[in-house]
Amino acid sequence: MAPHARPLNAVEVRRLTRRFGEVTILDNLDLEIGQGEFVALLGKSGSGKSTFLRALAGLDYEVEGTGALRTPEKLSVVFQDARLLPWRNVIQNVTLGLGGAGREAGRKALEEVGLAGRETAWPIQLSGGEQQRVALARSLVREPALLLADEPFGALDALTRLKMHDLLRELCTRHRPAVLLVTHDVDEAISLADRILVLDQGRLVEDLTIDIKGRRNHGDPRFGAIRTQLLSRLGVDADDRSAA
Amino acid sequence: MTYVSSSPSRGLDVLDRERLASFAPPASHASPTSHSSPTSLRPPAIVETSTRRRRRLGPGPAIPFGLQIGPIALLLTWTAGSTFGLLDPRILPAPLTIVATFGDLIADGRLQSNFLTSSVRALLGLGFGIVIGLLLAVISGLSRIGEAFIDGPIQIKRAVPTLAMIPLLMLWLGIGETMKVTIITLGVVVPIYMHTHNALRAIDERYVELAETLSMSQRDFLVQVILPGAVPGFLLGLRFAVTLCWVSLVVVEQINATSGLGYMIELARTYGQTQIIIVGLVVYAFLGLASDGVVRLLERRLLSWRRTLAH
Repeated sequence: MAPHARPLNAVEVRRLTRRFGEVTILDNLDLEIGQGEFVALLGKSGSGKSTFLRALAGLDYEVEGTGALRTPEKLSVVFQDARLLPWRNVIQNVTLGLGGAGREAGRKALEEVGLAGRETAWPIQLSGGEQQRVALARSLVREPALLLADEPFGALDALTRLKMHDLLRELCTRHRPAVLLVTHDVDEAISLADRILVLDQGRLVEDLTIDIKGRRNHGDPRFGAIRTQLLSRLGVDADDRSAA
Repeated sequence: MTYVSSSPSRGLDVLDRERLASFAPPASHASPTSHSSPTSLRPPAIVETSTRRRRRLGPGPAIPFGLQIGPIALLLTWTAGSTFGLLDPRILPAPLTIVATFGDLIADGRLQSNFLTSSVRALLGLGFGIVIGLLLAVISGLSRIGEAFIDGPIQIKRAVPTLAMIPLLMLWLGIGETMKVTIITLGVVVPIYMHTHNALRAIDERYVELAETLSMSQRDFLVQVILPGAVPGFLLGLRFAVTLCWVSLVVVEQINATSGLGYMIELARTYGQTQIIIVGLVVYAFLGLASDGVVRLLERRLLSWRRTLAH
């Protein structure tokens, strides 16, 4: 399951550096993400996670920097806000820019995220979780080889977030895109990802492959061990927290 | 309620008092008054929820036909004033006189023909103004070069009151219909342009980013994101435009005209026919309300995505 065993990586990043004025946000970063690999990127706020994701998405026009990166043509971004056009109904949002040809696929994608029958609803009529489902369907319908997700569940309540984890896991197993999930939630990272990276001051300080097979249980001792390790990497001492 | 009444009230009282005594604050804290009347320390009683006493903050629930009450009261006062001779008919004729005048003016066709003339002027001016304003706003909103050429002149035009341009336009275009429609058009263009242009430029950066990540074509971006996003701004401009359209109409018709509602009113002034002036004002009020209603209907149609929880 090591990345180099695959014929071609989905993402390759070489010596990527990004600066805002004097401040170096990403410092000589190297990374490979295999086809269909689910990678979670953890980091404190200000660690450069979002800058990295935006660089991969090609959304960093005015940012200074050097380095090389290769990403697949079919790339899709899920933002923290669902970012639906309020003046387009659900199915129009899903098939945005695809024209009438995408309609059938759009309907199927909505069915997959559990929103069959809500095609003609306006975004404002949906709950936060449902809106994020529509955003997932919008990505899904484009059959991306790489899915970039920037804290996609950050704005949802805890229960909805758990449901969305299940949904995302299910969708990824079925469609096998490579995923880079940017998050600050350690548990979210462990329960979803094949591999977890920790970014600190623009450098990757941890690259951890998770090989817990099957459904991951918070009660699993391996889960706890990984959690402690990651938290200490992030500068949070788990033992201190439980003692307090 | 049943809970309290079914229990022996005396017994409960005593029980409460005893319990309160044990809960009472230390003597040093208790003031003499609170000591003598322990009821003031009694915890809030259980209250039946159907008899909540507290009023909600705010003006309270809506009154049925609330919107109609004011105008009706005004009309009644007016009628009473006229009936009891408190209002001089030369100052303000009785409502019934106005209704009769309405009938007369319709019978000899004067009202209809003047109404038609005025409506055509207003609608032509409004129509041209909307088309020109929209066109300029889209050109200037979507291209930097367009903005460089268009925005400055419009801002200058905005600073010059349209009505101040009447003398110049009379020299250029004469005193016929062209001049009148031009004045109205010039008035209407400004708010349509301003609000539409503003809305086009204020499109949320996040949607632009979305369109980029979805690799939308320039055309799709325009049709799906930019233009529909500017519709609320355009409609706001339209509301101002409609008001301005009637104001301009009144002015051009009272300065020099040989037909139209404004002319009818102006003529009535010369002959001291107050009732005809009032009829004209009533028609203006009707037109104003009706056009506002049309814009609001349009808003409801075009902005249905804004209505929360339609189901």
